Amino acid sequence: MKILKLIFKNAMRHKLRSSLTIIGIMIAVIAFGVLRTVVTVWDSSVDAASANRLITRQAVSFIFPLPYAYKEKIKNVEGVKNVSFANWFGGIYKDKSNFFARLAVDPETIFDVMQEFLITDEELANFKKERNSCVIGADIAKQYNIKVGDQMVLDGDIFPGRWEFVVRGIYQPKNKNTDDTQMLFHWSYVDERMKVESPVRAGNVGWYIVLIDDANKAAEISDQIDVLFKNSSAETKTETEKAFTQGFVSASGAIISAMNFMSFVIIGIIMLVLANTMIMAARERTREYAVLKTLGFSAYHLVGLILGESMVIAIIGGGIGVALTYPIVAGFEQAIPKGFFPFFFIEPITTILAMSAAILIGILASIFPIQRALKTKIVEGFRFVG
Amino acid sequence: MASLITVQNVSKSYWRDKIEIPVLNNITINVEQGEFLALMGPSGSGKTTLLNLIAGIDKPSNGNIIIDGTNISTLGESALAKWRANNVGFIFQFYNLIPVLTAFENVELPLLLTKLSKSQRKKQVETALTLVGLGDRMHHSPKQLSGGQEQRVAIARAIVTDPVLIVADEPTGDLDRHSAEEILTLMERLNQEFQKTIIMVTHDPHAAERAKLIKHLEKGDLVEA
Repeated sequence: MKILKLIFKNAMRHKLRSSLTIIGIMIAVIAFGVLRTVVTVWDSSVDAASANRLITRQAVSFIFPLPYAYKEKIKNVEGVKNVSFANWFGGIYKDKSNFFARLAVDPETIFDVMQEFLITDEELANFKKERNSCVIGADIAKQYNIKVGDQMVLDGDIFPGRWEFVVRGIYQPKNKNTDDTQMLFHWSYVDERMKVESPVRAGNVGWYIVLIDDANKAAEISDQIDVLFKNSSAETKTETEKAFTQGFVSASGAIISAMNFMSFVIIGIIMLVLANTMIMAARERTREYAVLKTLGFSAYHLVGLILGESMVIAIIGGGIGVALTYPIVAGFEQAIPKGFFPFFFIEPITTILAMSAAILIGILASIFPIQRALKTKIVEGFRFVG
Repeated sequence: MASLITVQNVSKSYWRDKIEIPVLNNITINVEQGEFLALMGPSGSGKTTLLNLIAGIDKPSNGNIIIDGTNISTLGESALAKWRANNVGFIFQFYNLIPVLTAFENVELPLLLTKLSKSQRKKQVETALTLVGLGDRMHHSPKQLSGGQEQRVAIARAIVTDPVLIVADEPTGDLDRHSAEEILTLMERLNQEFQKTIIMVTHDPHAAERAKLIKHLEKGDLVEA
């Protein structure tokens, strides 16, 4: 018989109470894990932004277009290595719930500036050749079971009509947080049709993606680009891709902050639940602790017994919670609209934080019972009536 | 015979809401090695307090308690805990077994503080449980045992470390007459066969008759019977 065995037996002495506490910790850890995953995934879209890429958009608002003619002028700015552009297309693929980014892009340059989108030379060449071709991210190909050579039809909304594309390439993400849920097709294919159907909308792009030589000169180059179009009908605002993405994310900042806050509030609440369980357990065992002290068990042993019991409950709850977080996050990912989050995965830091939180809960919840057990004199312990 | 326990001018007071309540008044008593002493007295006479002081689970307000050459009233908490583990076996009125442990595991508890190997511990626990007549109930949990059997497990726990002194606080107080007789017989045997020094607190004259020596306490003073 070892002390460890006594710790486990104590932890499971009141099976219902311990089980409910374990379930409580488990649910808290799962909630913490899911909330933190949403927060980190949201933030990681900012982290995924390249440091040496700038985004030039309309100064008034992102929703207003910029003339295609700006491309060459931007390219001539000192420090600019390459320029590409994109236009938000919108549209519906089969069903409104099938959400992913559909972008009209410059096929000649897009994969030069978006180097984290990995595509084979052959597929890129085919994409460039065919005006109604498209390239899709690996995740879209997997989700909708699309292969190279398949047709994809979009029902246009911003750009009305039926739009048919042939898949000529599937790009792979270079990093774990690379967005592989985009559909890219020829801007010129869209623009030609606009020239016929809605000439006023032709010749415009959504934003420019500017690859620069030196990330340290981002501010200087941004200023130079914006000066070029000062006092024009379409003034520009150039910023780093990170700042640009941050702008989107910060629009939802309050919700994210609330989720972040809630994830820690949940941990706080469950800590009180475990503390209550441990206080009840220690109170019930006042006489037993007196017996153990009488037999010669030291303060060190009592600390071990109480802390150990608290840790057993916290670690079992936390462990099961962390283990279940993975399938639950996977289920959550399935439940939310496809492409709402370009990537959705549990960061290792989330698992570490969740398990650390469980361990911390175990430690903190045992402090008061330990203090009480140590302060209670043996004779008082024997007189105690629970 | 040599004096195992020397209680010199021991007083004990408790404080309740700034009021000092004297419990023991200048007690002096010697207990010889191999003695079986019964401490008797009405409730509140201080007999359990005196037992607790001798057993080292409480400290006197004044005076000295010297047991087998060690002045335990000068020991710190940690040293006192070690001393108790090595020298004293405890028998309580309500047995005080750990309910989640088996009889074997309860008896093994004091041995976990020693450096004995697992096999040595097993041997000692089996010997102690066999001695109290529970060799066949080693793996029963306390709730599977009768009150008398629980108290016998408690006695096995008290003797498993082979202490110089066994203290018993109303060991038959919670038992029926038959079980009480068995426990008293067992204690008598420990005293006579194994020369264990026993101090027993009881308010039951019938139980006290089994002791070799009876001392009476009244309002914190030792009195003649």
